[in-house]
Amino acid sequence: PAFGLFIFTIARDPLRIIILIAGAFFWLVSLLLSSLIWFIAVKASDPQDERLQKGLLIFGVMFSVLLQEAFRFLYYKLLRKAIEGLVALSEDGCSPISIQQMAYVAGVGFGLMSGAFSMINLLADALGPGTVGIHGDSQLYFLTSAFMTMVLIFLHTFWGILFFHGCEHRRWWEIAAVVIMHLTVSGSSFCNPLYVGSLVPSYLLMAAAAAWAYVLSGGSAQNLRRFLLCKC
Amino acid sequence: MITFMNNSDSEEEPCNERTSLMSAESPPVPSYQDGVQASEAGEAQAHRKRRAGSSRGPNSIAGGEMSGSGVPVRESALENEEEELTLKYGAKHVIMLFVPVTLCMIVVVATIKSVRFYTEKNGQLIYTPFSEDTPSVGQRLLNSVLNTIVMISVIIVMTVFLVLLYKYRCYKFIHGWLILSSLMLLFLFTYIYLGEVLKTYNVAMDYPTLFIVIWNFGAVGMICIHWKGPLQLQQAYLIMISALMALVFIKYLPEWSAWVILGAISIYDLMAVLCPKGPLRMLVETAQERNEPIFPALIYSSAMMWTVGMAKPDTAARGPSQQTWDAAEDGREHLTSPSHAESQMSETRSPVPTRPVTSLEELEEEERGVKLGLGDFIFYSVLVGKAAATASGDWNTTLACFVAILIGLCLTLLLLAVFKKALPALPISITFGLIFYFSTDNLVRPFMDTLAFHQLYI
Repeated sequence: PAFGLFIFTIARDPLRIIILIAGAFFWLVSLLLSSLIWFIAVKASDPQDERLQKGLLIFGVMFSVLLQEAFRFLYYKLLRKAIEGLVALSEDGCSPISIQQMAYVAGVGFGLMSGAFSMINLLADALGPGTVGIHGDSQLYFLTSAFMTMVLIFLHTFWGILFFHGCEHRRWWEIAAVVIMHLTVSGSSFCNPLYVGSLVPSYLLMAAAAAWAYVLSGGSAQNLRRFLLCKC
Repeated sequence: MITFMNNSDSEEEPCNERTSLMSAESPPVPSYQDGVQASEAGEAQAHRKRRAGSSRGPNSIAGGEMSGSGVPVRESALENEEEELTLKYGAKHVIMLFVPVTLCMIVVVATIKSVRFYTEKNGQLIYTPFSEDTPSVGQRLLNSVLNTIVMISVIIVMTVFLVLLYKYRCYKFIHGWLILSSLMLLFLFTYIYLGEVLKTYNVAMDYPTLFIVIWNFGAVGMICIHWKGPLQLQQAYLIMISALMALVFIKYLPEWSAWVILGAISIYDLMAVLCPKGPLRMLVETAQERNEPIFPALIYSSAMMWTVGMAKPDTAARGPSQQTWDAAEDGREHLTSPSHAESQMSETRSPVPTRPVTSLEELEEEERGVKLGLGDFIFYSVLVGKAAATASGDWNTTLACFVAILIGLCLTLLLLAVFKKALPALPISITFGLIFYFSTDNLVRPFMDTLAFHQLYI
């Protein structure tokens, strides 16, 4: 689905592609920094202590979430500057791309990159021979991973829109809400392999975020109904 | 590896575009061949290829749109408009470069992942005489540094040689050299590549069929690259040749040497293009003095030049004269391998006065293309290919390097828009790529692996 999004909405406009790749880059840098921190922490600690390792992992995950949001903010700042430049240089005084579109593309960029990093090794291994969950792990590993990744990509997209909107209108609570949502989703993944605990809340949150973003982007119930029922 | 915008010929769009690109290393393949006693025939061949590849190394991005800024000047003579158009079309051109670079990388990565041949170590080229099979780390490091020094000095010698040839107008020599090298690339390497791919997939093919296929491929390639041909086909051939060259590099360069060489080449590129006495810069300036397009050799052009033979009378008048230049350039073009499309494009288009200049915007749009040296393609692909081949983090590392290189390319084009002169395309991208490769491999991989193991998501 994420690739479908990409093809249909982004691939047309070169500017959007650039923003997408830049978004992916920012996510990558945030991942880099957070894994650096985790790595240092692990090296500095006792490798034999299971609980400590688990704790460090949790810490790493939370820290990474915070860093991701921080980088999203940085990216927002960068895009603001870029938009001013574009407006100044465009012929008719208005930017070729609006901040909402940028928010959407940035979100997709983040999401794609995070999804790719989560899934791609899994996919590569899935091509080879093997049985899922042979050591007593869940047999649904691949399926749930796929669903989780998809929900995360969508969530990143929506968070992008919400986050940028919050920054635009200086509504700090929106930004805080995004951060908290992200932390919740990551935290819920700690319940794995108790998949009910992680997938269900994530999907619920995604639906909520989707509705919120839709409303923010100017949609409404009537629009939706008109779109779904009557394309004639 | 120079992004170059020639503002001196503001009237001449084609001229500007053509002059933008510079291929730094001259692949003195034939001459070197004569002087070198190749220990193994295969290695000699590969060696030549490598020279060719390395000569393509310092390639540059030509800011077509930069030169395109000359066009608005014609009309409105407003600096602002120039900038506007530049940036407005900037995104489009960045994408026009993204696509071929991505394609090349995809081809290389796909081949590396599937065909075993390119990851086996079957010996080294003459250019890297020191082996890396030494027991101690220090020795290995030393050897790789020595290898790099050897290679870079060869490249420098070749480039200076090329500049001298160009200065003294030995066009025929260069022409022959280029044809020879592209011949070898198109036929021999394709043969090897095809053989390996068929072996991997266990597909049987008889020799006559193989011969016909390769003959067709090579002949069409030669015609497309050195003469006229559809733009897309030309671009496709250039991409394929870059990929082949990159694969050869990946196979025959020992590991640590490859990384050190990548780093050293970007530094060399930076210096060769920006220092006043750098060979590439001298080449660019000489070409500018003579008002000729600089070596179109080994340049990937993303757009065609329609301007020749178009509305403006002086343009049309210069059309024929440019054609003669094109013929001369053709020789220069084939520096090592795939020469670039642009001169050929102008040749193709100039006799075709068909393209009516309907509007100025259209004119500008057609004229603006971006050029990137093929050596850039090759080295980007080498980096990504090496990441795919040797990183234990597999796809994550490859993906990270890919994104890093694309971002580097973006930044370089942005700088091109700002500075409006020839810029090296390698340094920024390769630096990003190297940083990301090493950090992803060592830092991110354990993190992601642990996360995936516990199925945690960040």
